[in-house]
Amino acid sequence: MQKKRGVVDYTKYGYLFSIPFMVAFLIFTLYPVLYTCYIGFTTKQGLISEANFLVDDPFKNFREVLFESTLFRLALKNTVAIWIVNFIPQMGLALLLTAWFTDNRLRIKCKGFFKVIFYLPNIITMASVAILFRAFFGYPMGPVNDIVTKIKGPGSEIYFLIKKTTTRNIVSFIQFWMWYGYTMVQLVSGVLGIDPSIFEAAEIDGANRLQTFFKITIPSIRTILLFTLVTSLIGGLNMFDIPMLLANGGPDNATLTTNLYIYNQAFSGSYKYNTAAAASMIMFTIIVVCSAILFYCMRDKDEAELKKLRKLERKEQRKAMAGA
Amino acid sequence: MNSKKVSKAEQPLSLMIPIYVVCILLAVLSIAPFWIMIINATRSTTQIQAHAISFIPGNALMNNLEKIQDKDMFKPLVGFANSALISVGVTVLALYFSSLTAYALTAYEWKLRESFFSMIMGVMMIPSTVTTIGFYQACYRLGLDNNRLMLILPAIASPMMVFFMRQYLQASLQISIVESARIDGAKELQIFNKIILPIMKPALATQAIFTFVSSWNNFFMPLVLLTKSEKYTMPIMVRLLNGDSYKTEYGCVYLGLSMTVLPLILVYMFLSKYIVAGVALGGVKG
Repeated sequence: MQKKRGVVDYTKYGYLFSIPFMVAFLIFTLYPVLYTCYIGFTTKQGLISEANFLVDDPFKNFREVLFESTLFRLALKNTVAIWIVNFIPQMGLALLLTAWFTDNRLRIKCKGFFKVIFYLPNIITMASVAILFRAFFGYPMGPVNDIVTKIKGPGSEIYFLIKKTTTRNIVSFIQFWMWYGYTMVQLVSGVLGIDPSIFEAAEIDGANRLQTFFKITIPSIRTILLFTLVTSLIGGLNMFDIPMLLANGGPDNATLTTNLYIYNQAFSGSYKYNTAAAASMIMFTIIVVCSAILFYCMRDKDEAELKKLRKLERKEQRKAMAGA
Repeated sequence: MNSKKVSKAEQPLSLMIPIYVVCILLAVLSIAPFWIMIINATRSTTQIQAHAISFIPGNALMNNLEKIQDKDMFKPLVGFANSALISVGVTVLALYFSSLTAYALTAYEWKLRESFFSMIMGVMMIPSTVTTIGFYQACYRLGLDNNRLMLILPAIASPMMVFFMRQYLQASLQISIVESARIDGAKELQIFNKIILPIMKPALATQAIFTFVSSWNNFFMPLVLLTKSEKYTMPIMVRLLNGDSYKTEYGCVYLGLSMTVLPLILVYMFLSKYIVAGVALGGVKG
């Protein structure tokens, strides 16, 4: 009897220790997602009204959001436009800095200091940053107009935040300013992970800086570039804090993002929970597609192979056991 | 040999000068907004109206502080306390339970292990907006809106952190340590608390910083859930500075913003090395 204790089955602890995660996940993520989905198919409007299932036309809310109202499509267009205008310069600058900071032939001083400074805006509360920039672009006076009048003389103040394109570009700029440091730190760490002998070989073969960067560095960090692209896209699709607090989606809905649309539908007076829920689910679908692409590209090929092998082995073992 | 010699001597000024110019300009761009904010927090509204950019601090700091207190809307101390409570709660819960889940995924062989991990990978990217409407409705019905616990408890299930902790454990956990502890008669949970958690200290430290900061900066969920001003967190509190009563009080706005930003800058000054290293770790291998 004593000996048998030595072969305690520890399997149950695997389940036991996963229970807290599982329970919290069911209550705080899965249930709300399903409930949101359900509300998307109902008449739920107003705080206390009953949620009646739309029996005749279950996809009414979805159709309304996608086709009948132009506001959601405008919001989606804005969101993507703001993201693209921020992402291209962000990636460009991050790549340029990465090329400089990882070039062994250039010995730049204070690299660590620059990295720390470039990353700084990323940890500051977005809400505070938005209100700070709102103050900066204030009219008729604010730091930016202070500079404008110094250059162009008094009377040339610009009311930035009533111009549609300007406001949208300011949102893009803030995003760019907050995230290029983050992207750069990630890219640099990716490049540092490349086997240095490849660079040495290139140098001996007489490759110049540009050739080394485009022919060796970029192809070697393909995965990390893609990872950055997709995480940034998902983050961009969820943009909320800055457009809301900089100009509250205005002027004339120029910075209305999809998340701001959802928030406005549900929580700013109109209580259209069903419309907001339908819009949430549409965004969810878009993000799932993006994530699927991300995981497909991120999967570790070697590990996937190993897993297959292990599975096969286990199957054979089981077969052998059954045979015995 | 020849090429090596060349590379050592090579420091072309035509390239080095633009590099330093760009880097210094970007550094100024990173710091200047916060610098202007802090300086303007000490200046009076009339001073700011005359010149919004100044390098010399003013003398209106106390005056601005009094005005903020008079308005009785933006209460930085209340916001600070709420944010601290929620962020500490979130960080502690997320760290402990993510490590526990990661340990279950690494140390034990169980049937549903692979599928459980695939599920965690699959839900990693679910944005909070997708859950918001349903979550708010459920909380509202149960009278749990305005309950700070509703912002803390979801941290028990943090898929992203489980993913990182599992990666760390796979590299650093030696099952022989666990086995010898078992022989010494330790219970499984005891082994986790007394042996595994200390092993994970470096990973816990990095994750703690990021979880704390992102919880502190979280805006969307608290905005939806908290409607009573005594429950407001810092980012919700700072939103009040956009209101009409601060429209002409430039000094107050900058001071209020400084109060929310300075603690983060201070933390960053001490931990920047670890934070930047942590960001570098966050990426996948090239």
